[in-house]
Amino acid sequence: MKEIRKKAWAGTMESSDAYVEVEPAQTLAVELQSVVQAQFGPAIEAAVADVAAQCGVTKGRVKVMDRGALECVIRARVETALLRGMEE
Amino acid sequence: MRRSMLFLPGNTPNILINGAYLGADAVILDLEDAVSPDEKDAARILVRNAIRTLDFSRCEVIVRINSLDTDFWQADLDTIVPCRPHWIMLPKTARSEDVQRCDEYLTALEAKLGFAPLTVRLMPLIETALGVENAFAIATAAKRVGALFLGAEDLTADLQCKRTKASREIEYARGRMVVAARAAGVDVYDTPFTDVNDAEGMEADARCAKALGFTGKASISPRHVEIINRVFSPTLAEIDYAYEVLEAIAQGKAQGKGAVSLRGKMIDAPIVARARQTIAAAEALGLGKGEAK
Repeated sequence: MKEIRKKAWAGTMESSDAYVEVEPAQTLAVELQSVVQAQFGPAIEAAVADVAAQCGVTKGRVKVMDRGALECVIRARVETALLRGMEE
Repeated sequence: MRRSMLFLPGNTPNILINGAYLGADAVILDLEDAVSPDEKDAARILVRNAIRTLDFSRCEVIVRINSLDTDFWQADLDTIVPCRPHWIMLPKTARSEDVQRCDEYLTALEAKLGFAPLTVRLMPLIETALGVENAFAIATAAKRVGALFLGAEDLTADLQCKRTKASREIEYARGRMVVAARAAGVDVYDTPFTDVNDAEGMEADARCAKALGFTGKASISPRHVEIINRVFSPTLAEIDYAYEVLEAIAQGKAQGKGAVSLRGKMIDAPIVARARQTIAAAEALGLGKGEAK
């Protein structure tokens, strides 16, 4: 059971990338902005939740601004932001 | 066959995702110079996911980790090796001890992961004066070493000279690297040509490297890949001549001749060896007699 301890971020707003911000929260909450929200929104949110579960994170707010990134890129940016946010 | 190696910055998704489709025989996913120190963590996770997910079946995957004098190289290997890249490129390799240190760490990782020994090969990047002088020792420091790679930008800084298009300042290093690699029985790759807009200069530089004995050449631009592949591939004439040499040798042997000539020239052992190398290269590229592209 891990939680986000501080505000952190990863990624960029460049095309094919995603910018991810995390910050402390009482529950795990995912917020997504994506150019393909209508088509892939639920899949992206599921991927974000999956990465959080793999990292053991149960508390924190995760905001993803997707710029048309592949899922493997979004997963990488989310994992990086979570790891940075969990640092002491 | 590995003729071209294309550098791709490890923390730039829009370049990484297309890397396998740019025609290079190998891609170098870069965690070192292309990534700022505060983004090393992001880059190694992105590169790991890219190797796991994207289709790199068209090319070999080389990951350039950070050098042994940084705090990053072990985390790079811990993250990347489980994805089974074909090669790890070790920058700033200067001594055989550098190779042995990295090899020991890779050996332990492979055992921990249940991989066969030497699953991941090692390509030392030699880019210092000391590294050039120790090139043979580096090439023979571990069985894992399968190729040497010359990096001229850092080398010329170390040599305290200018890096020029004519490349006279790296003539000695190029020759020394080729001799060391061939003596050790490993491949050897030439430094990138850094003017991405000078195709003519690029081709001349590649031809120079090929003439010296390099196996292939690295590139920092997709524009250079086709040129490198063409220069380091055997031509139709070279392939046809190689087959003629072997046929002449076979005929001479059948006729009991001690010496054989072709086109008025004696065919000696080095000519036969070169013919075999040409045919091996052609076959590796899927080219048969009269089929060069």
